[in-house]
Amino acid sequence: MSFVQYSDLIQDGDVIIVYLGHNSVMPVKVQHGAQTQTRYGVIRHSTQLIGQSYGSKVTCSKGGWVQVLHPTPELWTVALPHRTQILYTTDISIIAMMLELKPGSIVCESGTGSGSLSHAILRTIAPSGHLHTVEFHEQRALKVAEEFKEHRVDHLVTVRNQDVCKDGFGVTGVADAVFLDIPSPWEAVKHAKVALKKHGGHLCSFSPCIEQVQRTCEVLADQAFEEISTVEVLLRIHDVRTVSLPLPDFGPDPSSQTEPGPEEEAPPTPSVNHASITMKTTTPPREMPGHTGYLTFATKPRT
Amino acid sequence: MAENEDDNQYRIEEGDNVVLKRGDIYKAVQIQLKKKVIFEKQWIFLDNAVGQLYSTTFEIVSGGNLQPKEDRKEQDTESPADVKVAGTDNRNIVDDGKSQKLTRDDIETLKEQGLKGQEIVQQLIENSSTFTTKTGYAQDKYIKKKKKKYENTVTIVKPTCRVLAMMYHGREPGKICHLRYDTLAQMLTLANVHAGSKVLVFETCAGLVLGAIMERMGGYGSVIQMYPGGGPVRAGVECFGFPAHFHNTLHEFPICHVNALLAGSLDTSAKDPSAGENQIVDRQIGVAAEEQQNQPELEQQDGGPEEQSMETSSAEDQENLEKEKRKEIKAQEKKSKLEEKRRKLAAAAALLGGRNADGLVIASRFHPCPVLLRLIKFLSPSRPFVVFSQYKETLIECYTKLKEQGGTVNLRLTDTWLRHYQVLPNRTHPVLLMSGGGGYLLSGTTVAMDHSKPAGSLQAEGPAPKKQRMDEH
Repeated sequence: MSFVQYSDLIQDGDVIIVYLGHNSVMPVKVQHGAQTQTRYGVIRHSTQLIGQSYGSKVTCSKGGWVQVLHPTPELWTVALPHRTQILYTTDISIIAMMLELKPGSIVCESGTGSGSLSHAILRTIAPSGHLHTVEFHEQRALKVAEEFKEHRVDHLVTVRNQDVCKDGFGVTGVADAVFLDIPSPWEAVKHAKVALKKHGGHLCSFSPCIEQVQRTCEVLADQAFEEISTVEVLLRIHDVRTVSLPLPDFGPDPSSQTEPGPEEEAPPTPSVNHASITMKTTTPPREMPGHTGYLTFATKPRT
Repeated sequence: MAENEDDNQYRIEEGDNVVLKRGDIYKAVQIQLKKKVIFEKQWIFLDNAVGQLYSTTFEIVSGGNLQPKEDRKEQDTESPADVKVAGTDNRNIVDDGKSQKLTRDDIETLKEQGLKGQEIVQQLIENSSTFTTKTGYAQDKYIKKKKKKYENTVTIVKPTCRVLAMMYHGREPGKICHLRYDTLAQMLTLANVHAGSKVLVFETCAGLVLGAIMERMGGYGSVIQMYPGGGPVRAGVECFGFPAHFHNTLHEFPICHVNALLAGSLDTSAKDPSAGENQIVDRQIGVAAEEQQNQPELEQQDGGPEEQSMETSSAEDQENLEKEKRKEIKAQEKKSKLEEKRRKLAAAAALLGGRNADGLVIASRFHPCPVLLRLIKFLSPSRPFVVFSQYKETLIECYTKLKEQGGTVNLRLTDTWLRHYQVLPNRTHPVLLMSGGGGYLLSGTTVAMDHSKPAGSLQAEGPAPKKQRMDEH
């Protein structure tokens, strides 16, 4: 198992995703002799996980069953332990496309936070790219570095514990793309410019507040960034449902009876007993995340 | 010196696939010498771009030739609004169509005199009786609008998934089933497309989706394009201008053989095509391939006007001998083409045969349900799939069928909402127009089929859905 390469069988030391049901997943580090408690009972790693195929069903001690899935950055995003507010797949997707990430890209990122975006970046730039990620919170930096190792992507990433606004990214003229998710991105724009390649590159800044966007855009323009554009993207979930809608009783319809037309006219009047129509449709969730953050993209031209 | 070497990989060369850009308008072209290209109703020659660096902005000068635009910065700051006079509001501005003293003909004359976009805008401002009474904001907006209209520049950029997805969505959304670029972005992550994996693609989006996937795989792993009809459509893939070795990772398999492959009647021959006993099956494949080949061949003839004209003239002038020779060559070509096709089919069938693909992406004008239900069988357990459709109902059907047959988890029907913002001091707000919809996605993860289920599924009709629903919540 690795976050950048699939394998078929679960091995000792793998990090797997246990699928408990809709919207409920938990990450499990597989260790010989260990056990994991779920709401369906205990899973014994040695006998029930190691050597099993990814995607297989595991029956827990209380008789309930779960599925064991190979980790992907997308599953990790919904399973990971939150140490900060995180970026979700919808925003991550558009970030990856607009920053033109692909195998071999060199990317700078700050802050690392809980590493949700970092894993998606690593997946996309492997096997030949590199991620330089800067996190000013020491414990978070240490924790995420440990996770990268467990997920077998540590060869693709350098974690730096420093303040990007003061100390920059620690690299010069190497990056194809820079991503900023920090409280005052405008203070890091000049460092982003330094980190980006001489021939140019893309920048993205994620900010929840429009005032942050405002200030960042001004600084981007001052620093001669081009194609500055701000977007917001929201995920809308459609829950598939079978619904039954009753039909009211309109009473006898004299017009349809007096009509001299063909006999087929009669059946449309529904019999009172099963006067309802059943169909498959979708309903929106009662509540949804209505705002994550604004994404500001800009291009650094060749200098 | 190192820098110069570095530069060389960013130089535009003859034969490169590039994208012309002006503002939000893109057009994918190939750099060919002495070839006229139409961009935004203008004839241009790209000859002068050769040897220049990518992302260079060019001025279109007389004769449709390109000239690298110098002092980019000066142009930007040299705002024509030296006039600092501005009004406070618009109470005195009347829309009577008389504020601009220059007529259309006047402007055309100015253009013919070779005035640059900037200069024309300056003329327009000087001849506008209301410009000085507009507010500063309105003046900015006016200049921006006119600049856009009279600007005569083009930037040449490298083709990328971002650029091409935006280009197709802006220019020819019908060709890509109205797949919006952010929806494509979602598909690439939801299917966990990455280097080294084996991805199945079924698309009728001009090759854009396929190209996007190939870009994300960076030439590592394999992509199998399942195609309908006579041959795979890859116009969009060409636009990406991938290095040659990328194409070694691309395989193709006609969707019309999927049933046979699933039934097991195709893959034995494909696995060892040299074995004598399989000749009959081979021939069958050959026949089928031949049938399919007719169509692309016709297209090829349509596409090559030179060839066509040459053929007609020779047919008129030359005698049967020539014709026969040609026929023979053609037959031989056809034979080798057929052999090539069969070899490709065998290779693709071998890749599919293990039923261990790592990802599945569907985005087509066909009903997705039967496609999904067949192709999902080629995936390993615990692998993601994503289906795009313009219509939600088709995905509801997919969802329902998958729930019935089992073998998937994490099913989700979604779409995304995308809004652009104007960000300016004191004037920040959402852009007035936004896309009404970018299409729908059904995504999920495969799991090992529960073998106890098929037996029980017949009597499960009633209670099963309820049980599933309980799982969901």
